[in-house]
Amino acid sequence: MKVVEAKIVVLGSQGVGKTSLVVRYIGKMFSKHISPTIGASFFTCNINVDDARVKLQVWDTAGQERFRSMAPMYYRNANAALLVYDITNASSFAAIKGWVKELQSNVPEPMVLALVGNKCDLESCRAVSNNEATQYATSIGAAYCETSALHDQGIDQVFLSTATALLSLSSTNLVSSMRSYDSVDGDERLPFGNPTEEMATHIGKVELPAWSDDRVAHGETQRTMCC
Amino acid sequence: MASTSKDVPTSPSGHDNTDDDLEPGASYDSILNPTDSFEEFATEMNTSLERSRDLTKKSSTISEIQSEIGECSKELKETKSSDNLQNKDEAISASTSNSNLDENGEDTDNEDDYLKSPELVNKEKHVFILSSAGKPIYSRYGNEDKLAGVCGVIQALVSVVEEQNRDILRSIITKDCKAVFLVKGPLILVAVSKSNESETQLVLQLTYAFNQIVSVLTLTQLNRIFEQRRNYDLRRLLSGAERLIDNLLIFMEKDPAFLLGAVRCLPLPEKVRENITNAIISTCHKIRDLVFAILIAGNQLITLVRMKKYTLHPSDIHLLFNLVRSSESFKTAESWTPICLPKFDATGFLHGHVSYISEDCQACLLLLTVQRDAFYPLSQAKHTISDKLRRSNCLTAINDALNRSKDLPTTNPLKHIGIPEIRHFMYKCKSTAQLFTSDPICLDRLQDYRQRHKEGGDVVKKKVEKLSDIDYVRNYREFCSKMHCACSPAKLIFRSNSLDTVLAWITNGFELYVTFDPLMEKDQAIRAVDRLLRWIKNEEKRIFIMNAPTF
Ligand SMILES: Nc1nc2c(ncn2[C@@H]2O[C@H](COP(=O)(O)OP(=O)(O)OP(=O)(O)O)[C@@H](O)[C@H]2O)c(=O)[nH]1
Ligand SMILES: [Mg+2]
Repeated sequence: MKVVEAKIVVLGSQGVGKTSLVVRYIGKMFSKHISPTIGASFFTCNINVDDARVKLQVWDTAGQERFRSMAPMYYRNANAALLVYDITNASSFAAIKGWVKELQSNVPEPMVLALVGNKCDLESCRAVSNNEATQYATSIGAAYCETSALHDQGIDQVFLSTATALLSLSSTNLVSSMRSYDSVDGDERLPFGNPTEEMATHIGKVELPAWSDDRVAHGETQRTMCC
Repeated sequence: MASTSKDVPTSPSGHDNTDDDLEPGASYDSILNPTDSFEEFATEMNTSLERSRDLTKKSSTISEIQSEIGECSKELKETKSSDNLQNKDEAISASTSNSNLDENGEDTDNEDDYLKSPELVNKEKHVFILSSAGKPIYSRYGNEDKLAGVCGVIQALVSVVEEQNRDILRSIITKDCKAVFLVKGPLILVAVSKSNESETQLVLQLTYAFNQIVSVLTLTQLNRIFEQRRNYDLRRLLSGAERLIDNLLIFMEKDPAFLLGAVRCLPLPEKVRENITNAIISTCHKIRDLVFAILIAGNQLITLVRMKKYTLHPSDIHLLFNLVRSSESFKTAESWTPICLPKFDATGFLHGHVSYISEDCQACLLLLTVQRDAFYPLSQAKHTISDKLRRSNCLTAINDALNRSKDLPTTNPLKHIGIPEIRHFMYKCKSTAQLFTSDPICLDRLQDYRQRHKEGGDVVKKKVEKLSDIDYVRNYREFCSKMHCACSPAKLIFRSNSLDTVLAWITNGFELYVTFDPLMEKDQAIRAVDRLLRWIKNEEKRIFIMNAPTF
């Protein structure tokens, strides 16, 4: 089985729902009482796409302004970025442009980008039109998706399409920071790589049962949760 | 600046009431910087930060460590590049700044009415923080947007005294209220209090609030921001950190650890603590850039392992307690966050791997390093440590102590000591800066207390039937400030009346405050204290950390 290890960073303004999104996907739940992230939180999850497995190291960053200058530490060597804004908050959308500029000038290797408009359950308060966002996503070569962490809408697609894009990126050999290898059982058997980072993939503990999503034609994901 | 273990006095002098040469809890080696007295603690907290103001990167403790482990040139370069980035970020975010913070278009005409609103009136203690240009940064109660007028007045008062009288405004005292001022770097901090806290105690609290801000920004960044733009609105950078200041202020009012400048340890059997410490050392001793590994639970220290030469100041540990207690998000996942410890090195960030040791044990492990890329090895170390602790049953022992299991002598010390006249006590060992009280203020009860006083900090004039631990501590404040009064410090105070009897006693080695039943005789009280000290000595290995482990 082909296994790809990739690092994905979740960026966006304070309170747009980055943690809610990640926790919804990895922990399969939503809590109204999620508190602001401090620095960045680290999660891992495995996504199976066709007969390959993508092992994701997810860095959920803090949107608070005081952590803004720390961002390079978190997106360094990332292979994908989820750029999250809140569809009811126009300035959170404007902030994405700053992030994109910064990534473009600071990350030398190609990156999978996904623009995510979260809180789409709050349609009545919408401040950023679907059209505007789609256009912008196209202009930066990003996938675009609207999600609701509250109602669990669109989140699986975001992760699945990102994983799929990471797989194809890994087969182009354009990216040196992403590791891929063959494995009999899909478990770690790293032929190369830094031994300390290898261990990081042991973190996942709770293996949720494999599940399939009928809204997506292909791909079966299996997730692990970090605790 | 951080002081080194050389500063630790090697032989604290004993007192003659116990049969051993050392007072309870004293040891020759300390993980914490010893704090001799509250005053010293307070002044030291002030001065050392002042000194570090003009420090260049070269003399910072963090750079010192980096150069010692040979990371110097690389790190310095990285720091520089991120500084550049930071400036750029500031430019970017200035143009896209948060809308909710920019709406300070409130009518100032309404401010007079606002000042009379229940949000602000009748509070026991206000705290205001503003920039030296008079811009509001933080108000404990109400909305600082609407307090621009008050801040203007404060700024005017401070600067008039400074410029016209070439003096410093320290306090304004009225019949029922004290206003205490502290100018630190580019900030002005003010406490307006109706409580029984002394001026020094209030200044100390303001210093803590300032250190809390330094802890999230570093002093370097704070100074630079205001050097570049005197009119900067710091609220944008502090957004989300107000909670830390809110919680710190509550914490300081309730927890005697602040009153005494000491740290409380989670009582554990000596062997268990040793196992925990060894698990950390054996896992981490090869990680070269790790400066501190700290395990804490419920505002209590379980163990602290440090790089040789470096110790921590109690106030830095208090800020870590406050951070962990205020940040629910550490419970969701492993975190990697910059942390500045103002007394250790106010000029730079340490990087912290922060995580709870396991889902079934609410102890939080902080691994603090000077190396910004160290997350993965530290994450691995954390998992190894938590496995080791589980296998050696240490997690169970920690949980027992946290849940205050009935079998433990330290859970209800008064009952265990068996001196019925003693209602409450607190003891501080000076040489190790650790404290023990008869009735630990645990996390949940602090929370309860806040719930009960939801309206928050209003002055209440009702008579309390049964005193809580927090009320005892409130009472001690006055004794504490009399004992430490700069002009005529007391060694022993004995006060007996129809409500209660309080004995406060300071020796070279310890500070002790005891509340007895009313109308106790002096020699009866002294005999009881003697027994109490003997009990503490007996249990010292359980209630204090008696060694100073290094990696
Ligand atoms: N209605 C609605 N609310 C949401 C949604 N996602 C998150 N929220 C709420 O938005 C708030 C912020 O969510 P977080 O997940 O903490 O946001 P964040 O981006 O991680 O914030 P920082 O960590 O501070 O950067 C919380 O109160 C959530 O309950 C959503 O899809 N719909
Ligand atoms: Mg978050």
